[in-house]
Amino acid sequence: MGKLTRAQFISLRAEAKALRERQGMQILVCAGTGCVASGSMKVYDYLKTAIEAKGLKVSVELKDEAGKKGLHLKKSGCHGFCEIGPLVAIEPAGILYTHVKVEDCDEIIEKSILSNEVIDRLLYEGKREYMHRDDIPFYKGQHRMVMKDSGRSDAEDIYEYLALGGYAAFEKALFEMEPAAICKEIVDSGLRGRGGGGFPAGRKWESVRRNVSDVKYVVCNGDEGDPGAFMDQGVMEGNPHSIIEGMLIAGIATGASEGYIYVRAEYPLAVKRLKIAMAKAEELGLLGDDIMGSGFSFHLHINRGAGAFVCGEGSALTASIEGKRGMPRVKPPRTVDQGLWAKPTVLNNVETFANVPNIIMNGAAWYRSVGTENSPGTKTFALTGNVVNTGLVEVPMGTTLRKIIFDIGGGIKDGKKFKSVQIGGPSGGCLTEEHLDVPLDFDSLKKLGAIIGSGGLVVMDEDTCMVEVARFFMAFTQNESCGKCVPCREGTKRMLEILERIVKNEGTEEDLYLLEELASTITETALCGLGQSACKPVVSTLKYFRNEYLAHVRDKHCPHCNGRKKKVIIDQTLCRGCGKCKATCPMEAISGDKRSPHFIDNEKCITCGACWGSCPFGAINAIEEG
Amino acid sequence: MNSTIDLQKVAAIIDGYGCRREALIAIMQDIQAEYKYLSEETLELIAEKLDISIAKVYSVATFYENFSLEAKGKYIIKVCNGTACHVRKSQPIFDALHDYLGLTGEKKTSADGLFTLETVACLGACSLAPAMTVNDEVFAKMSPESAIDLINVLREKEAGANG
Ligand SMILES: Cc1cc2nc3c(=O)[nH]c(=O)nc-3n(C[C@H](O)[C@H](O)[C@H](O)COP(=O)(O)O)c2cc1C
Ligand code: FES
Repeated sequence: MGKLTRAQFISLRAEAKALRERQGMQILVCAGTGCVASGSMKVYDYLKTAIEAKGLKVSVELKDEAGKKGLHLKKSGCHGFCEIGPLVAIEPAGILYTHVKVEDCDEIIEKSILSNEVIDRLLYEGKREYMHRDDIPFYKGQHRMVMKDSGRSDAEDIYEYLALGGYAAFEKALFEMEPAAICKEIVDSGLRGRGGGGFPAGRKWESVRRNVSDVKYVVCNGDEGDPGAFMDQGVMEGNPHSIIEGMLIAGIATGASEGYIYVRAEYPLAVKRLKIAMAKAEELGLLGDDIMGSGFSFHLHINRGAGAFVCGEGSALTASIEGKRGMPRVKPPRTVDQGLWAKPTVLNNVETFANVPNIIMNGAAWYRSVGTENSPGTKTFALTGNVVNTGLVEVPMGTTLRKIIFDIGGGIKDGKKFKSVQIGGPSGGCLTEEHLDVPLDFDSLKKLGAIIGSGGLVVMDEDTCMVEVARFFMAFTQNESCGKCVPCREGTKRMLEILERIVKNEGTEEDLYLLEELASTITETALCGLGQSACKPVVSTLKYFRNEYLAHVRDKHCPHCNGRKKKVIIDQTLCRGCGKCKATCPMEAISGDKRSPHFIDNEKCITCGACWGSCPFGAINAIEEG
Repeated sequence: MNSTIDLQKVAAIIDGYGCRREALIAIMQDIQAEYKYLSEETLELIAEKLDISIAKVYSVATFYENFSLEAKGKYIIKVCNGTACHVRKSQPIFDALHDYLGLTGEKKTSADGLFTLETVACLGACSLAPAMTVNDEVFAKMSPESAIDLINVLREKEAGANG
């Protein structure tokens, strides 16, 4: 094929769309990290061989001639509900089978592929009412924009993306919009950076557009360092072309002709999918020189991280792309003025870019119809921890935590009580029951001392020790501190030492004040966002769960960490019924008549220890419960 | 396993990147993918070919968690210690493997040279926590028992291959 022209592109897209509409049955096996780990690729391979053994043609690509009307077997992107995987979807019937094993495949072929039966036992919870994905409670409350096509299309097939309207926004931006108009559309849409800070993306683009420079860059931040978050991974694996398209549009808007995607080292599958997507786009002529004869060129590169959380920070990330140690630098100069190789650079998060094609296609007003006034659009969250349904959730901005945790997430696991949710990872804070009805957006959370951050939501039940949680995050940040500035390098170390001491019940009440003092110093003086937000988990737990710290430093006994609660008993053979204990008990938990053995009501008892000190006969003891 | 590093192959990898300095990290990643670690000679060769100081190469190699300057076992086991896995009790899995492999203190590789035990901060399989990987293959919903079973399976496989 010669060079792709605009006319050819348009007919290519129409052809892909027609092919997709005409195709017969499609079997989509989820090929996200979660389902692969549960064995979905074995299911895929088995299905392929078994169907072919029946003499049926199977096509694995939309363009595949052989299977135009026959069977299509696809590797789909992540559905977000990895826990019930491996997932197999059958379209157009719209059946979603869960927990599919190789042993189930023959039955699926016989019943659901060769005839039109539904296998009830493979449906979610075995119920016919949950046959369609969107009827499952986990999906009901969601509003999917960024993840709309993930799970419904083949992530490795560019024709699928084209068939679903892919690269149309790019074409529109390329031929019908001026760079300034593109920037304006993004400004008007109110799109804010999804990487944590929530900075208006359009303003960033506009600054880079105005900067005069021979070279400019577009950089996509796919470092996703928050341990416990995997939304960006879901998009990179499930819909890689949407990121490429967003970056291309940013390139047109700002006059950049070179792009880099920086992906976390722990995401090999995302790297693979992105590489395939890039190669296919290049092959078609959607990446490269003079794209569709427009004069616009764009070259894309991919960089793998090497295991440093700090590289998610903008200036550290660009240093890492340059092949250096990934250490942040003092700002200004800002990235939009001097970013990669000291050139004007647009740096945005994966999800931010993935939103762009939709905005360009449908307009700013459309985008603003979802979400809140100051935070339009949707946000993906990674819902994990002690919650019934874990997975990727996409909801309009302004949705409450209660809705996410209880309606979509199905509440707390094992019937336990909700205690806290950690939002925004190591740079975020812990919120409590009283915050469950706060609408989640960039501004409301800042006020509460947390951040939306990348979107990690780790739910913790009543058995979790919040001091230990604070220690866990501090250990993470301390380990990831790059060492460039003193407050972060030394401060986090001292904070961690104190927290470790407290967890071991060796701390004092003074330590709590010391923690607060250190936290405020580090927050004010650290060089980059890592240090500036490193203390958020400690500060927020000290604020909302101070009694748990006190249990460690005052009582030297934490009911969560130190195993089972102590139970106080009165030895009936030793007690003479003197009543001293009854008089000292602050909770009025002890009862009994004078001169006859006393009893203790363990429901009321707070194991303060006052009684066993008061007993002249040594009749009172604390034992481990259970 | 390739425990001895073929410097000619290393040179070829570096040449593949056109000896560009900004490719330093990618070069070291590719070499490590092949040999699982970076030896002193490797670092020296990189410095020479990219025409930068060995100190610079060393500084980058030590900055990033993923680079190892020591040889590793045939199977690299990474137990996830991300938040989601931590709250679903990944530490007992690490402890069980640590004991089972007879590791102590700084020693991360088992005596038979088969297994290296490490932690990793999130594999992106959080909804299947606790998770771990063996040479990049993700294993989900693990427990101390299933992790040890996995070790035994791999050991038997090795014994079978050698016997
Ligand atoms: C320590 C640290 C880690 C960060 N990690 C990430 C990350 O993993 N992914 C991300 O997109 N942004 C991360 N950021 C935010 C980036 O610096 C930057 O603000 C963001 O990528 C810009 O894109 P956005 O405006 O689209 O959000 C991190 C910031 C800091 C200080
Ligand atoms: S926290 Fe373990 S996979 Fe994410």
